[in-house]
Amino acid sequence: MSRTFLAKNPSVLWFLLILSAFTLGVTLLSDAFGLDIVSTSFVKTLGKTLCLCLVALAMDLIWGYAGILSLGHMAFFAIGGYMIGMWLMYARTAEIVAGAMASEALPATAEELRNAIASQIFGVVGGSDLPLIWSFAHSFWVQLLLVVLVPGLLALIFGWLAFRSRVTGVYLSILTQAMTLALALYLFQNDSGLRGNNGLSGLQNIPGLADVSQADLSIWFFWASALALGLGYVLVAWVASGKFGSVIRAIRDDEQRVRFLGYSVEGYKLFVFTLTAIIAAIAGALYYPQAGIINPAELAPIASIYLAVWVAIGGRGRLYGAVIGAAFVSLLSSWFTGGRAPSVNLGFYTINWVDWWLILLGLAFVMVTLFAPKGMGGLFDLLTKIASPDRKGAPLGPDDGALMEKEAQK
Amino acid sequence: MSALLEVSGVSVTFDGFRAINNLSFSIGAAELRAIIGPNGAGKTTFMDIVTGKTRPDKGRVLWGERSQSLLSFNEAQIARMGVGRKFQRPTVFEDQSVSDNLMMALKARRGPFSVLWWRPAQEHRDKVAALAAEVGLSEQLARKAGELSHGQKQWLEIGMLLAQEPRLLLVDEPAAGMTLAEREHTTKLLVELAKTRAVVVVEHDMEFVRRLNCKVTVLHEGSVLAEGSLDHVTKNPDVIEVYLGR
Ligand SMILES: Nc1ncnc2c1ncn2[C@@H]1O[C@H](COP(=O)(O)OP(=O)(O)O)[C@@H](O)[C@H]1O
Ligand SMILES: [Mg+2]
Repeated sequence: MSRTFLAKNPSVLWFLLILSAFTLGVTLLSDAFGLDIVSTSFVKTLGKTLCLCLVALAMDLIWGYAGILSLGHMAFFAIGGYMIGMWLMYARTAEIVAGAMASEALPATAEELRNAIASQIFGVVGGSDLPLIWSFAHSFWVQLLLVVLVPGLLALIFGWLAFRSRVTGVYLSILTQAMTLALALYLFQNDSGLRGNNGLSGLQNIPGLADVSQADLSIWFFWASALALGLGYVLVAWVASGKFGSVIRAIRDDEQRVRFLGYSVEGYKLFVFTLTAIIAAIAGALYYPQAGIINPAELAPIASIYLAVWVAIGGRGRLYGAVIGAAFVSLLSSWFTGGRAPSVNLGFYTINWVDWWLILLGLAFVMVTLFAPKGMGGLFDLLTKIASPDRKGAPLGPDDGALMEKEAQK
Repeated sequence: MSALLEVSGVSVTFDGFRAINNLSFSIGAAELRAIIGPNGAGKTTFMDIVTGKTRPDKGRVLWGERSQSLLSFNEAQIARMGVGRKFQRPTVFEDQSVSDNLMMALKARRGPFSVLWWRPAQEHRDKVAALAAEVGLSEQLARKAGELSHGQKQWLEIGMLLAQEPRLLLVDEPAAGMTLAEREHTTKLLVELAKTRAVVVVEHDMEFVRRLNCKVTVLHEGSVLAEGSLDHVTKNPDVIEVYLGR
């Protein structure tokens, strides 16, 4: 992280400044600091939004820079959530069970405690044994490690199989959709060991912090999310700068040519795929304690498509674009679908935004793709007056992921 | 003199069509060779085979002092072993600056982890500057490759090839789209390069080939029709028929 890195990437410094100011502002206005202008539930929404911005950064690295349209990264996000959720649920249940058993005449044995926890957690799916995958659920540190290891390993294996056989373009996108669908279907089963469609719940209660108010907890998680986003931004900007960034952008525009330069294209794709999967998982591990619940619907194929839509609307190929897109669209989306947007009465028909939001989003996506491929991030070019080379609208390379001329940026 | 590259008895079929038919070819470590032949003769396919893009149905492709078979390596590995290739259409990375294009091609470790930590030192900047000077792009270093003229892109691609420091250079129709002055510069450069490495030039412009003043291989329907000096092969009745007949 030298001075030249920041000098060459002024947007990183700007981003960190704005993020810090935003974090400070929300903190001062929050319930935890007495003002209560920003409600606790809205602090949670903002914290979750920061996590979505982080996963959008990962999406931008793999799609905007490396040209791989993965439609499966929300699966890694959700797996990260499940991994930390297992510990949250287990440790919290352990506290409650221990509390209940403490009043009994005989102190409970470890065995009894374990069984009680298991039947508490798995009663809903008719189980009373702790599945094998919960072996480490009692350990915060192991589950934290699994947040990184499980999605990382999954991405490594999936990516190795896909990239090695040179699956590219739309076929790869379909394959990643199949992956996330398969995972979701598996998790929906009651005997998957993760409580089927009930998912994991009560994740907002942090074990050992029972007497800390949700107002304080929410602001802590907000800080953690802001920190993760800041670090993630620096990391992704660093990876995307320099020669590594050159190589992955070259792969996006013409991967065959990159091979003839002696770079192993598959190795680079695998690297980026796995790295972004891990970033997505970390974002998910911070998101779900703020959401309070996770279930297999979170892995629905559409979730990953939304992610791509955010990045497209924000402007792929530039990191702040991805962040802006994710923040803007996801906040707007929760406003529209939360029933808070006033319905429009046309006399003969009432536009109910809960139903119409998706159509609006789809329309916005099509419009952006057709008329403003640089997305919202492109507005910054108007400010700095960056001109792109005139290539008569031709893409910048022969590959599917290649940037169209209008997207190319300085 | 032992051969740097030895191709023997190679055949390739595309959907039943024999693009390369029992082709044999060899070139020494410091030699200039021109390959000529009508359109569809299989010149580009020949390069595809040597660089690992296309797998032959049969035949051998041997490389270097130890006569290693290239057939078990992929494109990137073959490139790292020292085979550089220039494409028929100029292919440079248009979204990136001329200096980034050259930096990427510069001979260095190619693995993701080493590249991630790699930062240009003064010696690398000097090298890039020298390469840019050699191909006449010193003024364009900071510009995006997409803004260059067709001829300049050709030059940039040649510069990238030089940056790779290959032992064998495969050049597909370099003179296409170049002005007369640029062609002369190209000829000189290729002749100069062939003093220290093997260079194979595919071209169908006879005038250009004459100026290279080297051994010529004539390809027709996927196999070698004639080989020798340009004067020798142009007197060959088979060659005359292929080029002038029909
Ligand atoms: N990938 C391919 N699939 C099918 N046919 C091909 C393929 N590549 C080349 N060919 C055919 O092989 C023949 C030789 O092509 P090529 O090597 O490009 O010729 P040249 O470069 O000498 O003009 C042509 O008839 C061409 O149509
Ligand atoms: Mg050709």
